[in-house]
Amino acid sequence: MNHLLSIEQLDRAAIERIVTQAERFAEVSDREIKKVPALRGRMVLNLFYEASTRTRSSFELAAKRLSADVVNFAASGSSVEKGESLKDTVLTLSAHKPDAIVLRTPWAGAAELVSRWCGAAIVNAGDGKHEHPTQALLDVYTLRRRLGEIDGANIWIVGDVAHSRVARSNILAFQRMGAKVTVAGPPTLIPRGIEQLGCDVRFTLDELDRADVVYALRMQRERMSETWVPSLREYASWYQINGRRLSPRQVLMHPGPVNRGVELSGEVVDSPQAVITAQVEAGVVVRMAVLYELLAGPHPREGAEQPAGGGQADADADAAEAGDERFASIPEPASARAGRGT
Amino acid sequence: MSAPAQLVGGGRDPADVLLRDVRALDPREQLDERVDVLVRGGEIAELGGAGSLSAPEGAETIDGQGRLVLLPAFFDAHVHLRTPGQEHKEDLDSGTRAAAAGGFAGLLAMPNTDPVLDSAPLLGSLRDAASRQARVPVGFLAAITRGLGGEQLSEMAELAGAGALGFTDDGKPVADAGTLRKALQYQRLCGGVLALHEEDPTLSRGGAMNEGPVSAALGIAGIPTVAESTMVARDAALAGYEDGRVHFMHLSCAGSVDAVAAAKGSGARVSCEVSPHHLLLTDEDVRTLDTRMKMHPPLTSEADRQALIEGLRSGTIDCVATDHAPHAREEKEVPFEQAPMGTTGLETAFAALHTGLVLPGLIGLGLLVERMTAGAGLFGLEISRIASGARANLALVDLDARWVAGEHGWESRSDNCCFAGRELQGRVLVTLAAGAVAHRDRTLAMAEA
Repeated sequence: MNHLLSIEQLDRAAIERIVTQAERFAEVSDREIKKVPALRGRMVLNLFYEASTRTRSSFELAAKRLSADVVNFAASGSSVEKGESLKDTVLTLSAHKPDAIVLRTPWAGAAELVSRWCGAAIVNAGDGKHEHPTQALLDVYTLRRRLGEIDGANIWIVGDVAHSRVARSNILAFQRMGAKVTVAGPPTLIPRGIEQLGCDVRFTLDELDRADVVYALRMQRERMSETWVPSLREYASWYQINGRRLSPRQVLMHPGPVNRGVELSGEVVDSPQAVITAQVEAGVVVRMAVLYELLAGPHPREGAEQPAGGGQADADADAAEAGDERFASIPEPASARAGRGT
Repeated sequence: MSAPAQLVGGGRDPADVLLRDVRALDPREQLDERVDVLVRGGEIAELGGAGSLSAPEGAETIDGQGRLVLLPAFFDAHVHLRTPGQEHKEDLDSGTRAAAAGGFAGLLAMPNTDPVLDSAPLLGSLRDAASRQARVPVGFLAAITRGLGGEQLSEMAELAGAGALGFTDDGKPVADAGTLRKALQYQRLCGGVLALHEEDPTLSRGGAMNEGPVSAALGIAGIPTVAESTMVARDAALAGYEDGRVHFMHLSCAGSVDAVAAAKGSGARVSCEVSPHHLLLTDEDVRTLDTRMKMHPPLTSEADRQALIEGLRSGTIDCVATDHAPHAREEKEVPFEQAPMGTTGLETAFAALHTGLVLPGLIGLGLLVERMTAGAGLFGLEISRIASGARANLALVDLDARWVAGEHGWESRSDNCCFAGRELQGRVLVTLAAGAVAHRDRTLAMAEA
């Protein structure tokens, strides 16, 4: 794998490989010294065109736990405000030879575009309303830990699907892991044609009791330039996940940050069904696994100036197989090796 | 009212050329046979049986070997020449060279320039520049509303007197029905066709592509096709009420074809056009987020595409127009949602439609030629024809030639062509426009040498 641009590009085996690797890294987080030298000397550049605290800090922490150097570049207060194009910003920053660029932008497809312009591995940390693949991976990780298996689970994704890159990545990821996905929300916020991704569509929560997992989406007030629902009060009365709607056997997820009292009632946020803080925790180890997947092994771009250099997957496999010293310091669960080597 | 406005430019150096043993095809003349065509002083002097004519002294001979096809040259009623103000995208020379390379012998330029073409002095200077710089004849549509602001009418009568062939706010709709009604009323004074870009901005707002499964999967805000079709229906009703003459631009969906058919059925004086890209591509082609696939109106569904093909076949759609919309590379080299809308089309229109519609048997070559020349008539201009005594507006094409769009670069100043990289069959070798050789394919020159 050269880049992580979307869940769309990943098959089940690739998702499982990353999640399994994340499980190994979870043990690192429990150590007194939460750091392994796996990516020593590698540089990870965080390039964020949108405000983000949790995703950016999660990537930063992940890179640092792997001993990589991290540079943060926020679009505000930078050359971007002087009118520099995305392409020129990327070319300029590429001169510093980052090994990976973690990119968040408000534009669909931007990560894919950038992957054609530079030699670094690109990690999509959100491209407009299109995809947010590391969120979906950490959700799969969290759910797998909670449920054991995702196969056959009924997962309801509830709320503002139209403006949610998390929804799109998760519809794909959960389905690839064998779940049955239903999206539910007000008709103004369910995009026409979404059912062709393979999910069911509901406009009420009448059948929510069928769900094994309820994944509530954030009402993205900051993205709503128009009025999509008559009022948040009415929205909450129809679509809020609260103690009345959530049963004890269901698992509750949310990508954060939560609007308490809008999409979730306070009681369910604090309930044992909620795995919201586990999702945040998972964020670091899953992003460690993603960076490791993309960057570990012999220097990825040695002698390969071509953005689309194809040798990296082999390099990854070599590193794993040969017991590379960086790899050796990482504990490996017994189950792990089975899933490798797609 | 002033004398009817005509096209300006092109036609320098009237040609003397013998087109020997070509298959001449002109559906309006019921002509489809192997002939010799002699052009003298820029006019079709004589048509004779293949091999019957000889070139007079000083005339060039181009041998069709019974294989090359001679067509009446095409007319494009919808071109963005980007002049004045955006000459980094296109100018009068490059745009008309692109037209000639595509077999066009006439075109209409859109007024969404900078400044907007909404005043007679500007139109006068532009026509003057075109008379000197354009390689094929050019006509101009002026803005319906000042600055394309959608509110106050431009000085339509004065513009018509200065040579405007019609009016359009293309790029934007005339959203306010009352304003459009006034323009229709004013049309009684100034003549000219009102060419309408149909889009209800309250429905299309924020959208960057067609609404449907692809936009849902990509997370890009969609433009529903009803944003166009409801406005076509509204304006057809207004045109009927005021007995105005309107032309609907770049139809993109089944609903619009139905609305035009209904309007024609009720006797309203309406016509419409469709672009090669809406006839050949769908929103599935947007999946890769290639910004060359971003246009206005957006590429629609396969069902819409089929309805457009059927409309072209039945005659509900009167003509093909490219909506040639050049943009500089750096303007298109951005994320899809940020990119400006538009694709170039002049150089690929015939080849793409020949490849995508004629070769699979969806429409006949004669019908394609009819639809690619009809635009002139809709704006009161003479349609190209292959007949002795007619001005030589001719396109010589090789229907067997295969080429990859863009492989040798473009005559246009911009390269944002949605067909770039596709293999096309059918190539324009020579274009005569207003009696002069406006384009000559390099492969032909080599063959002769």
